[in-house]
Amino acid sequence: MLQIKNLEVTYGAIGALHGISLSVAAGSIVTLIGSNGAGKTTTLKTISGLLKPKAGAIGYEGKPIAGLPPHEIVKRGLSHVPEGRMIFANLTVRENLEMGAYLLRDQKIVRHELDFVFATFPRLKEREKQIAGTLSGGEQQMLAIGRALMSRPKFLMLDEPSLGLAPLLVKTIFERIVEINRERGLTILLVEQNANRALEISHSGYVLETGKITLHGDSASLRQNPRVQSAYLGG
Amino acid sequence: MTEFLQQLINGLAFGSILALIALGYTMVYGILRFINFAHGDVFMLGAFSGFYLAPKIAALLPLPSIAGGIAVLLASMAICAALGVVIERFAYRPLRHRPKLTMLITAIGVSLFLEYTGQFVFGAAPKSFPQILPVYPLARLGGLSLNSNQLIVFGVTLGLLLALRFIVLNTKIGTAMRAVSFNPEAAALMGVNTDIVISFTFALGSALAAAAGILWAVNYPAIDPLMGILPGLKAFVAAVLGGIGNLPGAALGGIIIGVTETLVSGYISSTYRDAIAFGVLILILLVKPSGLLGKKEIEKV
Ligand SMILES: Nc1ncnc2c1ncn2[C@@H]1O[C@H](COP(=O)(O)OP(=O)(O)OP(=O)(O)O)[C@@H](O)[C@H]1O
Ligand SMILES: [Mg+2]
Repeated sequence: MLQIKNLEVTYGAIGALHGISLSVAAGSIVTLIGSNGAGKTTTLKTISGLLKPKAGAIGYEGKPIAGLPPHEIVKRGLSHVPEGRMIFANLTVRENLEMGAYLLRDQKIVRHELDFVFATFPRLKEREKQIAGTLSGGEQQMLAIGRALMSRPKFLMLDEPSLGLAPLLVKTIFERIVEINRERGLTILLVEQNANRALEISHSGYVLETGKITLHGDSASLRQNPRVQSAYLGG
Repeated sequence: MTEFLQQLINGLAFGSILALIALGYTMVYGILRFINFAHGDVFMLGAFSGFYLAPKIAALLPLPSIAGGIAVLLASMAICAALGVVIERFAYRPLRHRPKLTMLITAIGVSLFLEYTGQFVFGAAPKSFPQILPVYPLARLGGLSLNSNQLIVFGVTLGLLLALRFIVLNTKIGTAMRAVSFNPEAAALMGVNTDIVISFTFALGSALAAAAGILWAVNYPAIDPLMGILPGLKAFVAAVLGGIGNLPGAALGGIIIGVTETLVSGYISSTYRDAIAFGVLILILLVKPSGLLGKKEIEKV
């Protein structure tokens, strides 16, 4: 569904991605792991159009999308839950979700998606009218994911959804991710520091180190890989 | 007492006009974090649009009349909305990713360009603005005079404020404006074309400035190409006073500056009337730089 070939991204003169290639099959969960500063966020931002690549190609459903503006990319069914959530703290929970559905014209579909998000995260329903900036960190993460789902994406990118959350909530969030993948057939690219859990729920994975892919394979074998174990699984 | 009420009414009328201009500064600041110093000149162009449109509209509708006056108002707002979009598109958009100082200097350049082009095209001498609205003296209570023009200033301002409030709070594009102003990247990830939202913001702000220009010309019917400088600066101060980026703040700031200036020049000295706004500016910058209704942005990461 998504193919990246030799992608290079720089910030000014400094290179962040040095020709990475990866692919995500339709219906799968693929995880991208790597330590701080490896270039995970840069990869997602380039896919969603927030950053322009210096070289390389990004193909989505067989069509090139590299360099398109973000709103064009969302239109094609990609949705990105950014690092740090980036919810609209000045809007209500409901308005945040409506922003997620910005490109949907049919109000019936919007209502349907809203019901789906509220069913997935009942906490958001309780806080519908609350100003989003006053939500707890966990609630904000639910909102960020819910908001990304409102556009009816076919492809969802999540940048460290477990960051700063209590273990129980991390478990819930990961369960929801798996559920959405199974029930909606949503393809997911998951960036995580929490490599253990990410490899548990994903089908395959890539390891990114200082802007290069150094390992990839199915998640089960990555979990057995001694290099992955020592660098990312804490043992 | 009558004298005071009279000054208050005059101050409120003046303040309403400043409020309309201040909204444009604050909206553009909210979205681009930059002060559009050419905004006062859009106010001037609003008045001149009315000046040149009035004879054309007089061919279709009777002038002065309520319907004709409203037609002049709406047509001038439409012209300036388009002008605001053009200014943003050609002067500011190419600089959006440059340092903010570049944009500020460009705004000053645009301002001078509009002022001098105005002097060249319209002539530097003041023109007398045609009467587009019928004037009725409404009250003469022991020396207090309120005429229909002032009432129109209040009515139009109130109507525009309510319309703006509705757009910003209850429409899709308004929600997108608030989202872009909070985080343009996140808004883009929702599928918002930020360029369109920015154009829309300029259109809205410029239309309000044009309305202010017409209201001004109706009450003080001598217009000239430099007429936007002082009201523009005072409205900018009003926006800062209310808390730049905050819409109710801009309206409140405009009213406060208008009333204060009128009262001070009525009771204390009119020599310093133009200095009052700047005194207020210095005071806020010292006491509460975020403005009356401005708040530190809350952001949980
Ligand atoms: N706006 C920027 N300007 C300059 N350099 C940047 C910018 N954003 C990221 N970088 C650099 O690019 C490299 C990759 O950053 P990126 O944010 O993609 O890492 P990451 O893998 O997401 O890290 P983390 O796990 O800490 O989020 C880092 O060296 C970072 O310092
Ligand atoms: Mg990151």
